[in-house]
Amino acid sequence: MTDHTISAVPAADDERLRRVHPLKAALKRPEFGAIAGTILVFAFFSVAASGTGMFSLAGILNFLEVSAQLGILAIAASLLMIGGEFDLSLGSMIGFAGILIAIPAVQYGWPLWLAITFAFACAVLIGWINGYLVMRTGLPSFIVTLGFLFILRGLAIGLTRLTTGRTQVSGLQEIADHDWLAPFFSGEVFTGLFSWMAAQGWIATNFAGNPSVTGVPVSIVWWIVLAAAATWLLLYTRFGNWIFACGGDVNAARNVGVPVMKVKILLFIFTAVAATIFACLQVMDTGSADTTRGLLKELEAIIAVVIGGALLTGGYGSAVGAVFGALIFGTVQMGIFYTGVNTDWFKVFLGAMLLIAVLFNNYVRKKALEAK
Amino acid sequence: MYKVEPLATSPNSHRRMPRLRRAIASLTTALLAVSVANAAWAAETERYVMITHGQNSDPFWSVVKRGADDAAEELGVEVEYRAPSTFDMAKMAQLLDAAVASKPDGLIISLTDADALGKGIKNAVDQQIPVITINSGGDKSKEVGAQLHIGQSEYEAGRGAAERMVESGAKHGLCINQEQGNVGLDARCAGFIKGFDGSASELATSTDPTEIKNSLVAYLNQHSEVDAILALGPLGSEPMLKAMQEAGATQKFQLGTFDLSPDILAAIQSGEMNFAIDQQQYLQGYLPVVFMHQYHIHGLMPAGDVATGPGFVTAENAGQVIELSEQGIR
Repeated sequence: MTDHTISAVPAADDERLRRVHPLKAALKRPEFGAIAGTILVFAFFSVAASGTGMFSLAGILNFLEVSAQLGILAIAASLLMIGGEFDLSLGSMIGFAGILIAIPAVQYGWPLWLAITFAFACAVLIGWINGYLVMRTGLPSFIVTLGFLFILRGLAIGLTRLTTGRTQVSGLQEIADHDWLAPFFSGEVFTGLFSWMAAQGWIATNFAGNPSVTGVPVSIVWWIVLAAAATWLLLYTRFGNWIFACGGDVNAARNVGVPVMKVKILLFIFTAVAATIFACLQVMDTGSADTTRGLLKELEAIIAVVIGGALLTGGYGSAVGAVFGALIFGTVQMGIFYTGVNTDWFKVFLGAMLLIAVLFNNYVRKKALEAK
Repeated sequence: MYKVEPLATSPNSHRRMPRLRRAIASLTTALLAVSVANAAWAAETERYVMITHGQNSDPFWSVVKRGADDAAEELGVEVEYRAPSTFDMAKMAQLLDAAVASKPDGLIISLTDADALGKGIKNAVDQQIPVITINSGGDKSKEVGAQLHIGQSEYEAGRGAAERMVESGAKHGLCINQEQGNVGLDARCAGFIKGFDGSASELATSTDPTEIKNSLVAYLNQHSEVDAILALGPLGSEPMLKAMQEAGATQKFQLGTFDLSPDILAAIQSGEMNFAIDQQQYLQGYLPVVFMHQYHIHGLMPAGDVATGPGFVTAENAGQVIELSEQGIR
């Protein structure tokens, strides 16, 4: 944290200004445990799924895509949680945003870029309402956003049934083909590089005998860009300090002049926007919107953030941690298919692996903090 | 206030009317009241409650509901559609109890779990509420006291799909189950595996499209023996199709699915997918309302269960089905 407060205490005695060895500082970062947990998970799968192609280029992109989509949500959720709030309406927002794109585009013939812009505008509004209600009423965000969990899911179902008589809107594939905004949310990047690599015979073939990888899914790019932006925001800007201050102690933050209301509302808006990015990615990828999309994603995002070392009580955590939390989650989720474990045991395996990863990361972090 | 006094203090006002006339008058009033109430009761429209396990966001169930709504409108009756927001038998049993307590003229229910719902249904039957089961639970329908079952046998439909694939030369099947624990879906997979004489497996996934797609790809990279894949609904088949399109593999596999959606139909028409099993679920919403109405006004009810499916939609008949699907009827 770059705090430039002028201190009355002589610089040499101020513990905030004391020089810390960079390695020691790294060990104390919130994400350190999550990185250790990630290493454990990768070590496990490199043994349990050795020689199965999980760590081939295709296999890696496979679990990275799942991690990336969750990661986009987790990054936004981590900022909000560091700021001391939850957003349980995140998952429902995904379903609702998808519908907000699909219905205008398919039913009413809007150009896709306009439908996407419309969805983002609605997301900003819903995020603002969430934040405003939480701040104005003083109710826990847990309750307010729980209300929106149901409202948004219900709106998605109700509006779709009202306008289409179905609950799934398909037919976006053709519309997306001719739109300038769609490529930001669909398809793959670096396809030229990959087809060149395939031509060199560097890329293995998939089950169908075609090159297994044709490019990097665009969701992975979003994941990395958002992670970088969020990390910069948290660590190198005044707004980042405000987020930590709001989550640490609201009253103290208010007393030193942090615009708490503005900060928290912006964080709620960012979360809703992240959900809409997720919705765009899935809508473009599948060519359809479905009212059930994003079910339970709010919990998965919170899990990823907590695995990433953030505190449920706020004031502590990092966006990088959330990235690794999502990576652990996605890797474990896809990894089971390579281990040969019967998929009937999928959820047992997922839960057990996550628990082990969290316990390990907790243990490592404790050890790191003890070693002064 | 002044007007009340003389009326209240006049003791003769009642005595003036002879006792007989008074009795007749009050009797007439009472009769009139009863007959008015009766008329109101007769004019009240028939009310049927339909309870299903389908989350109201499931595209399949929105077609069923549409069938019921259409029938209700045509017959001028009232149909209340209720479904739990998640696949939850305990919640469904609560909905059932609430519906029975409201004393509808008939109860239409998808019997996903006879153990959880049997008691509530028997309770309805005891109170003279006729019950028709739809969609799931055909084998248990009579046992719990329902008049009739309208649906398709999930197990047989799954087996039919497998047999069709085996006939076209498939050796090893894979059944994508996006909702393990749902008796109907589990039975489809069980029938499918039976149809392959056991040389088929089940892939359990979540309902997230990216996760379904990527786990299928991961599984297929592991199991090269698979050459035929069955999805259990649009939730599973659209990611399956996407995975195949991305891998350029639509022609390497025999692809089948349960239920229809516009995208599935387009894929069948273009030959990317081989078939879809249609249980014509519109009828599962429409017919029970018609039968209930007949039973209510004439006491008529078909004697045997009604099989609405399985019907196979292939490239030959996909065209005509597409139009109806867009209207939400298939």
